[in-house]
Amino acid sequence: METTHPTAPLPAREHLENLVADILAEARAQGATAAEAAVSFGSALSITVRLGEVETLEHHRQRGLGVTVYFGQRRGSASTADWRATAIRDTVQSACAIARHTAADPCAGLADPDRLAQDIPDLDLYHPWPLAAEDAIALARECEAAALALDPRIRNSEGGSIATHTGSVLYGNSHGFCGGYPTTHHSLSCSVIAQDHGEMQRNHWYTAARDRNDLETPVAVGQKAGQRALRRLGSRRLSTRQVPVLFAPELARGLIGHFIGAIRGGALYRKASFLLDRLGTPVFPEFMTIYERPHWPKALGSAPFDNEGVATVDRDLVAGGLLQGYVLDSYSARRLGMETTGNAGGTHNLIVEPGPLGQEELLCQLDTGLWVTELMGHGIHLVTGDYSRGAAGFWVEKGQIQYPVHEVTIAGNLNEMFQGIVAVGNDLDVRGGIRCGSLLLERMTVAGE
Amino acid sequence: MTDTLVLARHQLLTPAGLGEDDLHRALSCLLGHAIDSGDLYFQQRRAESWSLEDHQVKNASHAIQQGVGVRAISGEKTGFAYSDELIMPALLEAATAARAIAQQGGAGQLQVWRSSPRPALYEPLDPLDTLTAEAKVELLERLDAEARRQDPCVTQVMVSLAATQDVILIAGSDGTLASDVRPLVRVNVSVIVEQDGRREQGSSGGGGRVGYGWFLDEGRALGYAREAVRLALVNLEAVPAPAGTLPVVLGPGWPGILLHEAIGHGLEGDFNRKGTSAFTGRIGERVASPLCTIVDDGTLVERRGSLNIDDEGTPTQCTTLIERGILKGYLQDKLNARLMKAAPTGNGRRESYAHLPLPRMTNTYMMPGEHDPGEVIASVERGLYAVNFGGGQVDITSGKFVFSASEAYLIENGRVTRPVKGATLIGNGPDVLTKVSMVGNDLKLDAGVGTCGKDGQSVPVGVGQPTLKIEALTVGGTQA
Repeated sequence: METTHPTAPLPAREHLENLVADILAEARAQGATAAEAAVSFGSALSITVRLGEVETLEHHRQRGLGVTVYFGQRRGSASTADWRATAIRDTVQSACAIARHTAADPCAGLADPDRLAQDIPDLDLYHPWPLAAEDAIALARECEAAALALDPRIRNSEGGSIATHTGSVLYGNSHGFCGGYPTTHHSLSCSVIAQDHGEMQRNHWYTAARDRNDLETPVAVGQKAGQRALRRLGSRRLSTRQVPVLFAPELARGLIGHFIGAIRGGALYRKASFLLDRLGTPVFPEFMTIYERPHWPKALGSAPFDNEGVATVDRDLVAGGLLQGYVLDSYSARRLGMETTGNAGGTHNLIVEPGPLGQEELLCQLDTGLWVTELMGHGIHLVTGDYSRGAAGFWVEKGQIQYPVHEVTIAGNLNEMFQGIVAVGNDLDVRGGIRCGSLLLERMTVAGE
Repeated sequence: MTDTLVLARHQLLTPAGLGEDDLHRALSCLLGHAIDSGDLYFQQRRAESWSLEDHQVKNASHAIQQGVGVRAISGEKTGFAYSDELIMPALLEAATAARAIAQQGGAGQLQVWRSSPRPALYEPLDPLDTLTAEAKVELLERLDAEARRQDPCVTQVMVSLAATQDVILIAGSDGTLASDVRPLVRVNVSVIVEQDGRREQGSSGGGGRVGYGWFLDEGRALGYAREAVRLALVNLEAVPAPAGTLPVVLGPGWPGILLHEAIGHGLEGDFNRKGTSAFTGRIGERVASPLCTIVDDGTLVERRGSLNIDDEGTPTQCTTLIERGILKGYLQDKLNARLMKAAPTGNGRRESYAHLPLPRMTNTYMMPGEHDPGEVIASVERGLYAVNFGGGQVDITSGKFVFSASEAYLIENGRVTRPVKGATLIGNGPDVLTKVSMVGNDLKLDAGVGTCGKDGQSVPVGVGQPTLKIEALTVGGTQA
């Protein structure tokens, strides 16, 4: 096995700055009255080991360059992966050609200069992992082996995988803003299959962090994947019923994601949301608080500024169950007659304030109902809030797990589901930009046999 | 020598100063290191999208992406690297990185180039240039007006128009030298209607491997605008959907995503080689009622899911997956075909040069049966009639799959009655088709809107089916 460098070196910041400056200069030269540009570079190594043998070893190296030009209130965008001077000229030209045909939009334009980030704090997001391919293979192998060693019923696998990514993005605009920072993202995952009496159940687990020292150990990830597959064996269906439902943290995160989708500027100004005109009104029960903390060191969702250079700030989205703010970029804010919230590109570390109870206690509070640990499909309608998805999990009676359940759906309306949350767990899932514990919902319709 | 090869060479290799001897050198570098086989995948993608809202086209973008993916295979191992610079040093660097996979294994032999042209399924055109910018804007505005004209309840209309052109060239150590020029266009109309404080959405669209002019033929795109409004208005009247297991009649065309999710993915070669599919080892067994014959056909003219060659240079074909209920075959790329001692079926596809090929579907559909669609509906006492769907998903290993209805009606006493709200349907792939009791004579393919995701890679696909009746399927409504 040859030793390979895990990831290509990041280009010098100065190089990226020069590129952005060249793009903005080219836009000005071609007559644009304003422009913004982003250049990005990413490099990754990912390896999958299956049944102890290397299956894939992938080197990734991606470059990108994107520009939006404004001619007054008309705009056009273009992108390329080519950083050569000729490509920059052609790309700006493409953007300008488009802007000649788009309609003037009074809300279009760069972010207001006074909202652009002045100081750019170092959020400690860059922790490269000098991982040789052999070592990466060894870790992936160790992870998978831990799952396979767990139980003789785990005989097949989709593999243990490891990935390390480094990247850098630089954004600049003709207001004079130019900012960027390097980031890293590392992950380890495992997916195995438990088999018994002709039944096969697959499950997985993963860990992800900016710093490899914050990852769960390979053995922990493998064992968790194995346990999750094993506990699915013997799955049954349920008859149709209405019951309380406990969402595991990794799925609860998704529910909060739907909430964010419904208070996003684009959904609001198009009136394509079930949460229109709800500022200051109860969307969640009184005990719930949801806040955004963009500057947490090392956190996966952290960012000093958003995709248009606007400074990100700590804020509450929900306090005492009341909706405190929307998720807006400059354009959607202008459409709504409001101010940007620094959310061009999305939210940055959203935290659902944890409650006092852990998973065991929540199962007791659930008493008799469905503990959902997997969801399938896309049956979410943000215009109406209607929700209907495939589910798997466990049937619980008097706080005790009875048997695994599959091939059922859960359905409700997000508006009522949010209001019907009766408890938030303290078992936060921290592997993404939304941190949330288990969520216990008063009642949903379970469809089955 | 095919025309597309000349074009691909001109667009991908000539500007980079690369010739076929350079491709030989890169492949030799790849194979020199105890690698069984390898390939180079050159690609240039041009893409654009135009979108309208508030009566006006305010946003549009253009993108160019190009690069070369280098793959080395040793037994079951795959090494992969790519470069977005089409220059010789970058190509050799990627080859060196990709071959690092090899520990031992046979030293592969470089075969002599051969390419086998055949009649093309679509024109090697650049769809971006098939309308002027003015005409694109005008088309979007016409669709907006058409949608708004339908009903005063329409409050929002969003229309998008998109095109891509992929030029690819594949050089493999097995002697493959193949190329393709793939146009793809897509239009989507999405509306919001409002009445008495209730809001609903409807969307419709289509596309294919054609130029933009196709949308103007027979007022095709105007039809999408009317259809989007019709759907939204139906949903305004919808009552909560039933919850539970009941007979379900699926309409023709797009509801064929049933087949894609319940059957298609589970028959992809990789899952079956690894023994992780619920269909593993079941060739020759009955997995559907004798009424069901299902194929995957990459050779349909100008279809969204069609390809002249797959992304490994294998010509596409029509593969029978299920014949009268009996499982017949899997979908294969080269790697899995070799390991399973089967023939490739032209299903090796990749999202781009930056992704590895995987066995993927093309156009998957069920052959027509004998029944008049009206008869199928009339045979149901109480059930669901589902005619439009959103997305779907499947767990390959357990076989459980879902797909979400976006237009559905109750069937009461053999008659279609009230519309019901969208609901997710869930079933078990290996046995859902054993419950097919009637198949209509109205085979229809979808309008050209499907995108399939697997391992984080998206590729365009097609589906289709006639009207069919499933005796029992779980419907995830709220009315228990």
